[in-house]
Amino acid sequence: MIALQSLLPPQAPRAAFRKLVLDEFVLTRRTPNRGLLGLGLPLLLLIVLGSIPKLSQPETALGGLSFIEVYIPTLIGFVITATGFLGLPLPLATYREQGILRRLSTTPVPPAWLLGAQLVVNLAIAVVGIVVLVGVAMAAFGMAVPKSSLGFILAILLTMVAIFAIGLLIAAVANGASVAQSLGGIVFAPLMFFAGLWVPMAVLPVQIRDISTWTPLGAATEAIQDAMQTGFPSAGQLLILAAYAIVAGALAVRFFRWE
Amino acid sequence: MKQELAPTAVARSSEVGSAKPSDVIDVSHLRKTYGRTVAVDDVSFSVREDEIFGILGPNGAGKTTAVECIIGLRRPDAGTIRVLGLNPESDRDREELHTLVGAQLQVSALPAKLTVRENLELYRSFYYHPADVGELVTTLGLGDKLGSYYKDLSGGQKQRLAVAVALIGQPKIAVLDEMTTGLDPQARRDTWDLIEGIRARGVTILLVTHYMDEAQRLCDRVALFDQGRIVALGTPSELAAEAGGGKHVTFVPSRTFDDRLLTDLPNVTSVEHHGPRVTVVGKGELVNAVIQTLATNGVNAEDVTSGSATLEDAFLKLTGRHIHEPEEVNA
Repeated sequence: MIALQSLLPPQAPRAAFRKLVLDEFVLTRRTPNRGLLGLGLPLLLLIVLGSIPKLSQPETALGGLSFIEVYIPTLIGFVITATGFLGLPLPLATYREQGILRRLSTTPVPPAWLLGAQLVVNLAIAVVGIVVLVGVAMAAFGMAVPKSSLGFILAILLTMVAIFAIGLLIAAVANGASVAQSLGGIVFAPLMFFAGLWVPMAVLPVQIRDISTWTPLGAATEAIQDAMQTGFPSAGQLLILAAYAIVAGALAVRFFRWE
Repeated sequence: MKQELAPTAVARSSEVGSAKPSDVIDVSHLRKTYGRTVAVDDVSFSVREDEIFGILGPNGAGKTTAVECIIGLRRPDAGTIRVLGLNPESDRDREELHTLVGAQLQVSALPAKLTVRENLELYRSFYYHPADVGELVTTLGLGDKLGSYYKDLSGGQKQRLAVAVALIGQPKIAVLDEMTTGLDPQARRDTWDLIEGIRARGVTILLVTHYMDEAQRLCDRVALFDQGRIVALGTPSELAAEAGGGKHVTFVPSRTFDDRLLTDLPNVTSVEHHGPRVTVVGKGELVNAVIQTLATNGVNAEDVTSGSATLEDAFLKLTGRHIHEPEEVNA
């Protein structure tokens, strides 16, 4: 349905999409709990933990890396997940619940444009969040330039696509804002566990690390870590991310309801 | 003659039913079910250009469902709909339809933290030939609310903004669904004036309401819905007449008078006294007849109110029920 609509020449001016994007930015600024949490908290964690000298020392348990070095991919995953799981589905579920999508579907603008505007806004917020986070880590906490910059960027982009696809799926199945919020929270916690938010994966039993590899954020942090420390990430990690993106994206398109 | 012979023309005319060139909406044998519930059953009607057409009926009568099919939000199970010659069931037609029809829906809202101006500017950007925001807010009395968030508006202001948004694309048809529900009496009357003003601008109006007085006051023609079907269709006075109802006039006489002065008039059926007030029921040119007769006999009628026998009577007669009896909604 989304694909069909985008193939037809729209009856609405293209400028309407720009306007939708701008207004979504305005609304995000006026609704601070919408994903902006995802920007502040990781930065705060980086600054607080990075200021503890012991956490910047190399650890044999972490394969000779410091805790902060291991933690940076986790925090990048945090930024993406907060915008993708909360920033993206919450407004969409709210718009559906309040009849804003319904109202929109009586105009010449395809409702998919609002979805697109939400994606643009939240991707932009995630990109800014990651740029600031990496910038501060490099400037103040001794993060080295990634071994493979291309792999680093590619891994981050793939993570975004996979996580945002899951976020859209949450928006598709949640029949209200509160459901979307709970669902986002419920999925957030275990996924962030496998990204090593609470405990670095390296110190956990091998069985848990094996499971982690198959989770989207586990694969993401490994891929980002590899790009930072050794070189271009393995195809396996990137394929896992791509698979999540395709499956969740297809399900989201299948189940998305405008009202 | 030529048209009747051409097979395509015959096929077309059977397809659009009784549509005349001046019909902007034509609904023919519309049916829509939700599971086992029949929401709309074999409904046919046409809306003429520049009229205010009312869809009137109790909650759950299928009014909203019919309107949602007309604007392409729902797909009918059977029947055909043409709006300005477009088929709301076709994806391509529907987008064009949405440039020509503005809708104020019963269950819909605007983003809470956008201001009145931002909401209007946003919806304005959706159309190639939009109306002027300034003029529209002046007409709708929202001029001093431009900087207020949607969530901070009163119920009446939200309704008026919904109407403004429905009109911002300069539509040929405006669909207004239960637009005065929840408004105080003054706001309702203001909204009625507004609707008449919109029609004066050349916009055809499809008005959905469960208020008899609203339909009676505003509509040129009314389709009376009950349990998914149209039970009567015509002008409000035609429907009232069909129900056998007449007119009534109530006044306070300047002095006492003999009732026979009035009961002797051919179009008066009864005279009742309620304290100082007198109510006369009859038909035809009742008000003039009553006041003139009294004046000739030196009685002044003060504080005069009058009205026609109502659509309410018509609904009662046609369905055996009062329109405001609570019914389960499936709209």
